[in-house]
Amino acid sequence: MTTLAGFQDNFAEALYDDAGSFSLARHAAFAIYRNTAMRACLDALEANYPAVVCLVGRDWFRAAAAVHVVQSPPRDARLFVYGDDFADFIEAFPPAAGLPYLADVARLDRLSLESLFAADVGVLRPDGLTGLDPDALGARRLPLHPATRLFAATTPAVTIWQASRAGVAVNDDLVWDAEFAVVTRTDLEVVVTPVSASALHLLEAIGAGASLADAALSTLAMHPDAPIDLNLASLLQVGAFAP
Amino acid sequence: MSLSPFAGIGFKPQHFDDAVRSAPTDLWLEVHPENYMVDGGPRLAMLDALADRFPLSLHGVSLSLAAAALPDAVQLQRLRRLIDRVQPGLVSEHLAWSSWAGRYVPDLLPFPRTHEALEHVVRNVMHTQERLGRQISLENPSHYLVLDGHDWSETDFLAELVRRSGCGLLLDINNVYVSAHNLRSDPLDYLDAFPLHAVTEIHLAGHAVDETDTTLLIDSHDAPIADPVWSLYRHVLSRGGARPTLIERDGEVPVFPVLLEERQRANALLTNEAVLA
Repeated sequence: MTTLAGFQDNFAEALYDDAGSFSLARHAAFAIYRNTAMRACLDALEANYPAVVCLVGRDWFRAAAAVHVVQSPPRDARLFVYGDDFADFIEAFPPAAGLPYLADVARLDRLSLESLFAADVGVLRPDGLTGLDPDALGARRLPLHPATRLFAATTPAVTIWQASRAGVAVNDDLVWDAEFAVVTRTDLEVVVTPVSASALHLLEAIGAGASLADAALSTLAMHPDAPIDLNLASLLQVGAFAP
Repeated sequence: MSLSPFAGIGFKPQHFDDAVRSAPTDLWLEVHPENYMVDGGPRLAMLDALADRFPLSLHGVSLSLAAAALPDAVQLQRLRRLIDRVQPGLVSEHLAWSSWAGRYVPDLLPFPRTHEALEHVVRNVMHTQERLGRQISLENPSHYLVLDGHDWSETDFLAELVRRSGCGLLLDINNVYVSAHNLRSDPLDYLDAFPLHAVTEIHLAGHAVDETDTTLLIDSHDAPIADPVWSLYRHVLSRGGARPTLIERDGEVPVFPVLLEERQRANALLTNEAVLA
């Protein structure tokens, strides 16, 4: 008689590999465990990557996801966070090579999910910085809200993601450019806001702990024409910062 | 809040508005705690709103208590935080395993009920109860496969587990029916050997015929509770007395009033059939 640990080793291995020698796995009923586990993983990935599903269709998605499940089975019992490396998988998945934006869309799905489940704290309101004198404003450091995420893609993935989530077709006149977005959560709803490269740079610098003055300088060094005031105002508007 | 000895319903997010607006005052709800193990956001807000209004039962699926390893410490911590947050009337888990060697299998997996396995399960349940600061109840699993090498019948295994760990039991009558069908045994024999004194909650659910092997029943929770399961429920009530009873539905979920009707049927039996405990 094998020990419990030995039994679990054999059983777990046979769930994702049907070529093994575990005798129980030869019973027809063993397929019930295999199918239940696989279905739960596929359902989770489907729920966690809705824009990708919309773009490639449910059948293609589940076929691709099944390959991912075998390569990268869940490690966390919270299946609503399963698939943190799914975008990387898509990027390297040969059948997806003709869809160069797909991995970026998956990344944006993922960031939305992270934002949805992030901690509850208040949001720094747009008027939260009014009344500060210029020196105090420049020296101010702003913590990002726990639900804030930054997104940058070399493809128009934000436009494609938005169309997909809205269930509408992407416009024919789509410009093939890099796109950037900020993901925030206000009133318990996740919002994806397209932003300029300079606004994203500013947010990244602030998020890294720079004072507003230093973040502005670093942004201007990369984007000399950046409208810093407008950028900061729009980031405050979408609730990117904690008080 | 403790649970009434009436019937409760497995909570589905699509029923939130109905539940909060129109649920009977003595209703309690059961949730899978794993779904609410988040730092914040709308899910947790929804759970808080439910906990304000209803007694809750937390029914876990992931502690993997029938494994040759202690349950995951982080997962136990998350569960403890939820317990402290919503003060559930009951906390339950399964006589099964699902985590092994760093992987999580989203299913409730079987094991040979050996003397060695009993030692592991007793240790895991006691460890869990200590970390959670409270008693938990374990649910009898559904079986599809005949396993070799059992030293214990399931009912004796559970009775011994109760005796040594002080845990309670969750009697899932649909699982009893499905397992007896699949293993070709008599569900009444099983129920008559079941340590009913330790039962803190009963589960009722629907099942389905397996698509590929039509000789097997699947514990699918995607159909109304079947008549033979209602009969077994009456049998249990007449022997063991009234217990909080859950109407479980996870697939093909109907509108809320349909679940309330099944709940009414259970409540009528709880009132009329149960022996006075």
